[in-house]
Amino acid sequence: MLEIQNLSKVFNPGTINEKTALNNLNLSVKEGDFITILGSNGAGKSTLFNAIAGVFLADSGKILLDGENITFQPDYKRSKYIGRLFQDPLKGTAPHMTIEENLALAYLRAGKSFDSFSRISKKDHEFFREQLRMLEMGLEDRMNTQVGTLSGGQRQALTLLMATVVPPRLLLLDEHTAALDPGAAEKITALTKEIVSRNNTTCLMITHNIHQALSTGNRTLMMADGRIILDLNEQERADTTIDELLRRFKEGAKEELDDDRILLSD
Amino acid sequence: MLHIVQTALTLGCVYSLVALALFLSYRVLDIADLTTDGCFVFGMALSVSAAAAGHPILGILLAVIGGGCAGFVTALLQTRLGVPSILAGIVTNTGLYTVNLMAMGWSANVSLLKQSTIFTMVRDTGIFGTWYQLAVVACFACVMMLFMRWFLSTRLGLSIRATGDNMDMVRASSINPRFTIAAGLILANCMTGLCGGLVGQMQKSADINAGTGIVVIGLASLIIGETVIQGRRSIGRNILACLIGNIIYRAIYAIILQTRILPIECLKLMTAFIVALAIAMPTIRENLAVKKRERRETVN
Repeated sequence: MLEIQNLSKVFNPGTINEKTALNNLNLSVKEGDFITILGSNGAGKSTLFNAIAGVFLADSGKILLDGENITFQPDYKRSKYIGRLFQDPLKGTAPHMTIEENLALAYLRAGKSFDSFSRISKKDHEFFREQLRMLEMGLEDRMNTQVGTLSGGQRQALTLLMATVVPPRLLLLDEHTAALDPGAAEKITALTKEIVSRNNTTCLMITHNIHQALSTGNRTLMMADGRIILDLNEQERADTTIDELLRRFKEGAKEELDDDRILLSD
Repeated sequence: MLHIVQTALTLGCVYSLVALALFLSYRVLDIADLTTDGCFVFGMALSVSAAAAGHPILGILLAVIGGGCAGFVTALLQTRLGVPSILAGIVTNTGLYTVNLMAMGWSANVSLLKQSTIFTMVRDTGIFGTWYQLAVVACFACVMMLFMRWFLSTRLGLSIRATGDNMDMVRASSINPRFTIAAGLILANCMTGLCGGLVGQMQKSADINAGTGIVVIGLASLIIGETVIQGRRSIGRNILACLIGNIIYRAIYAIILQTRILPIECLKLMTAFIVALAIAMPTIRENLAVKKRERRETVN
């Protein structure tokens, strides 16, 4: 459903800071895939997500979603069917607006015709309440609270709900639990799995946690220097140990494994 | 005394429209929109020129539309052509000077003598006695305040609020921030234009320099209002703060004019001082608190 062909992106070309973030990258994602992505810092994982979400235009290459060429579509149009979560829990919500108002904005993606002058109706209110209840955080009783007063875990849960309240065709998760405490991270991970499997959402997830990468979803990619150097399907993953994976990563990356840079944790 | 109250209420009501406009651009959208000064005169020029030609109601309508056009130009420069927001306002403002002269038939001021204005039309009904000016402007102020209260809770209003709060989130909600910024700036400048139009017909003249300092005075009253009624908590209080702040500012102004405690020439300086102080207050307070703590903890 997602087809990426020969995608390249160079930052600061022609300067001393030139950096090839994406190097002729090809990727094909099937409907319903849940792919985890591993790689050291600077491997191009977030750049890949930025390119898919339309934050910038790639230097060359094509991005197709369900056969439609979205390479030149602006980011706000893509967000109608591509949902995204960041590591920073503050990025996905408007702090000075209430929980309900934030949800109402996210729910705009459902509207076929943008009904600018309508307000949040009773029906919407009940629907949002129902959705919030599923987070099991008691947020349904605090719908008029400003989002800025919530904890990081609560904000990330709300962001997850906002990204999926209208089920996206593609969900991009960029280390979305990395900034949370272990308890909150576990809760968000469980919620993510539940929501993704309920809607059968196609999903790409960046993580630095190698266990999480191998135990989540049905396919694991490893990236280095703007390329995908390892692509494991469900069967191959089951047969691979972590040591084996690190060895193959070294081979693929053709570089000495530098623990400081790789930051793979278990 | 009654005169001071009447003046403060009347001017407070009419200039609260500028405060409301600045609330939308400066507070909600987080954009310092410097189109305001020129836009105010544009509204005034259009409204007085139309009234001079015998169409006072059309004049008010033109003032609103003209203001909106000025806002549209600023928004265009900013969202489509990449001009930084402050500069976009300044550029529009500069261009408006010529446009304003043009709107006044290439003269620096236009006066109404016996032509009717919307104020004289209300006066001639005789219902409000000497309070007719207040009746007209209070009516406009109330309608605009209620409109804003309603508008900011519609989906477009929510989108505009979110644009000033977290632009990333707006993009992720499939809203085009260029559109929301443009909508916000157009609406804000419609209100500024309306204010200019009303003031022009009220004082029966338009002057090319009438807009000087309008943006600072608007900000001053916005901040006074927010301080007095603790207005940053909800949209309703915020909107009310625009009116209250303006009435307080105009009351001070009227008292100074009447009693001559301060020379009138000092008023702009005082206004600038109030604005600077009010905006700097949180920083000053924080610095003082740090200094105090430092002194206390180094002693022990």
